[in-house]
This record gives sequence, C-alpha cells and structure tokens, in this order.
Amino acid sequence: MINPGKAKGEAIVSREPIGFYGGIDAKTGVVIEKGHELEGKSVKDKILVFPQGKGSTVGSYVIYGLKKNGVAPAAIVNKETETIVATGVILAGIPCVDGIDIDKIKTGDKLKVDADEATVEVE
Amino acid sequence: MLSGEQGEVIERMSRLLVRLGDIYGADRMIPVGSVQVAGVSYKSIGDPGLEFLEDYAGKGAKVRILTYLNPPGMDLENWKDLGFPEDFAEKQMRIMKAFRKMGIITTATCTPYLAGNLPRFGEHIAWSESSAVSFANSVIGARTNREGGPSALAAALCGVTPNYGLHLDEKRKPNVVVKVSADLKFNSDFGALGYHVGKQVKKGIPYFRGIEGANTDQLKALGAAMAASGAVALYHVENLTPEAHLMDPKGLETIEVGEKELKETYGKLNTGKDPDIIIFGCPHASLREIAALAGKLEGKRLKKPVWICTSRVMREAANRMGFTEVIEKAGGKVVADTCMVVSPIERMGYKTTGVNSGKAANYLPGFCKQEVVFGNIDELLKRVLT
Repeated sequence: MINPGKAKGEAIVSREPIGFYGGIDAKTGVVIEKGHELEGKSVKDKILVFPQGKGSTVGSYVIYGLKKNGVAPAAIVNKETETIVATGVILAGIPCVDGIDIDKIKTGDKLKVDADEATVEVE
Repeated sequence: MLSGEQGEVIERMSRLLVRLGDIYGADRMIPVGSVQVAGVSYKSIGDPGLEFLEDYAGKGAKVRILTYLNPPGMDLENWKDLGFPEDFAEKQMRIMKAFRKMGIITTATCTPYLAGNLPRFGEHIAWSESSAVSFANSVIGARTNREGGPSALAAALCGVTPNYGLHLDEKRKPNVVVKVSADLKFNSDFGALGYHVGKQVKKGIPYFRGIEGANTDQLKALGAAMAASGAVALYHVENLTPEAHLMDPKGLETIEVGEKELKETYGKLNTGKDPDIIIFGCPHASLREIAALAGKLEGKRLKKPVWICTSRVMREAANRMGFTEVIEKAGGKVVADTCMVVSPIERMGYKTTGVNSGKAANYLPGFCKQEVVFGNIDELLKRVLT
C-alpha cells in the first residue's frame, strides 16, 4: 500500500508511464501530453492504472492539484510506484496501491480498489 | 502523527516520510536539526506548486525547526529595477507568503550556511538544494540526503527524517579516488574540475587527492558542479574535509585529472561567444567573492550588465562595506535572493551568459536556453570593461 483508502470505478489504463507535470491538466483532469496513448481522455473519478510515473518532480504537486480541483482519479494502481507519484498521492490523499500485475486490467473494467489491503478486484 | 490527531497536514506529511523510509530501507525516524526547502522559484514549481503551498499554509501547517528556503526566481525587493516580469513577480510573492505563513525563514539562498543556518559536524539535517547538500555533507560533515521539496517540507513540519543513505556511517565511504595534478587557481578551475568529475562518477562518493589549501568558496564551487553534472552529494578531500581521515581509499578505482582534462572541460562548457550579461554567484556569492569583484571594478566602467547573485544577508554586509556601491558605480548589480539558474533570464532578452561557475554552465543551456561563456573572473571581466 502506498496510500490508504478504498475506491470503486471504471479503469483507465495506460501501458506507458505517466508524467503528471505537462502530462495532465490539473484544472480539467484531461491528459495533455502530445502523443500519449491517453491524450484527450479524462482521469476524473476513474481508477487510473499505469506502470509508473516519469518526468518532473513537480508532478507531485499536479496530483495534489487534480484532487483539489475535483478532477482527480478515485484511485491509482501501479506496477511500481516511484517517489513522484508516491509523494503526490500522499499529499493529495488519493488511495494508491502498487505491485499489481496491471497487464490483466483493461480500460473500461469495473475495479474495486482496497488500498488498505493492497488489493484490486475486477468486478 | 500518523493517526491524524495532529491534523490532516501532519498525518499526510508523516505518512510521506514513512513511505519514503520504506522505499529506501530506513529502520526508523531520526530528529533533524535544520531544514532547507527547495522548489521555491515560480519558474520551477509553477501554479501546481503555488496552489499546493497556499493550501497547506491555509490549513495551518507550521514548521517545528529552523527552516530556510532555496532561491526564488527574482530579487524579492529589487525585482522591478532589474527587469523581472510583473506577472512572474506576483506569483513569486504569493509563494513566499505561503512559506512565511508556515514559519519558514524566507532568507532564500543556496548557501544557508553563510546566512545563519549552520549545522554542526555530525548533525542530522534535511536539506534540498544539491550544492548546499554537498557543502553540508562534505565541508561541514553534517548529514543529509538530497531531499525533494515535499520531503524537506515534511521533515520541517514533523521534525524528523527517515534514517537511511548519508545519515549512516557506512554510506559515507568513498568509492572512487580522484587524483588531481592540475593547478587550481581560480574558483572557475574548481568548477571545471567538479563538472568533469561529476560526469565521471555520477552518484558516487569521490575521495580527492592533490587539492591543497582550497578555501570554502572553492569547495563550494567544486561541490556545486559535481552535484549538477553528476549527483554527488558527498565528497572527501584528503587533509581538508573533516571526515577524510576516517576513510580508507586503498584499492579504489582512480581517476586522474590533469591540465589537459581541465582545459578540455573549459572547452566543452563554452557554447557561446559574446556574452550579453555576466553573472557571478552560483552558488550564492560569499562576502569574500563580492569583495573580490568590487576590488576589480573599483573606478572602472562596464559596457554590459554584470550581476553577482548572493543571499540577502551577504548583500546587507556588502552594502555596509561599500562593495555594493562600487559595483553599482561601475554599472554592475548585486542581486539578492535569486540566481541565474532559477530566474527567467530567457524572458528578459538575454541569449548568451558569461559565468565562472561549473554548475551554472551545466544548467543554463537547458533551464534558461542560454549559450554559455565559461571562464575565470579576470577573463570574463576583460570582455566587458570599457
């Protein structure tokens, strides 16, 4: 468990890493990185699934901004959470688990995340 | 702290420290004597950072220990005269206000040890700025990892840091010897040496031989460049730095640095030809460096802008000694708080910057889209004196 909490929602899956600073608009929750596989999609209230973070450490503050602006994902599921994402979800209070085999999850799956127990179930 | 009885801010900040401690294998939390927080310039942290800081300050977050800041993106008092953009200044001031509300000393500098935040030998601290981290670990013998902005803030609010990395004796041992045969005269020579060695050793801990009688300005230049071109957070210098005699460098891989390597590094760092501006003070100039510049500019006239960046504290002393007046009479500026790397100089019409700092030469092309003229103080001034 990276940060505790429970959430239910629809999965939005990225097979490539996500850099939050310059990657997701903190005001709208829409992915803005040019050429990213999720470009143009919103992460609001979704279970955001991606292998790990990348890019600037300011990304932690973007994750916080998403939450404050009401456009954050309901939870984050990673293969391996690095410090940018870990710092961001903890500052923001977003449930987050890592060590998950994310290859088994696809966009649109209904997910139940229990970060306290470090479990992710496909319903 | 973790259970939330001290409020949401402390709950999250202590969780952050615990999680980072897990990631890096810390066995426990240890109290820290002082903190230095990076991520201050609006140019670096933007609106997301500004909004986070205002929000946490508004929730009543207060630091427990002596906490200083890294440089902001402008001179906090004299920004208008120096030509810093108004929209930038407004955001930068909001950032400073949020930090002050948290009880952080807004003496913002990459040389806190020259401005009233001086740890003792062996003291555990949580500092962020890479050259300050290097100086504290190497020259003072205090102990800090290179903290990120949020983790340093968390240490300031909770008073502790996870015990791992450079807080531990066994992680402070050198893993490479650097044998210096080059003649090191100017501070820029130390910057060039640091740039060269940082590139080679990356995250390593170098043990220097052959450096004799370097002063703290020169060690500051050396460490800053190694932390910028590599990620060196601690180095030892035989017979000079306080932990060197505790180390056993026998059998370690050895790198040799002679005149040839130093000359090549000067060549590599020079990407420009004719500087629009010359900026000294990366890291922030000591009083000795300001005095030296004033001595060279006494009664002279500059045809291009020359800045020397320093902390507010050093500037006050320079004012009192008349150094500021001498530099200004020649047409130069003593710029306080900020520095060339974190300020938006690319928005102020400058394209080529002259520096004597290996660290600045490393960062200016990327962060500020500048071409660089790298040289010693005399070479640089020769280009701009009438």
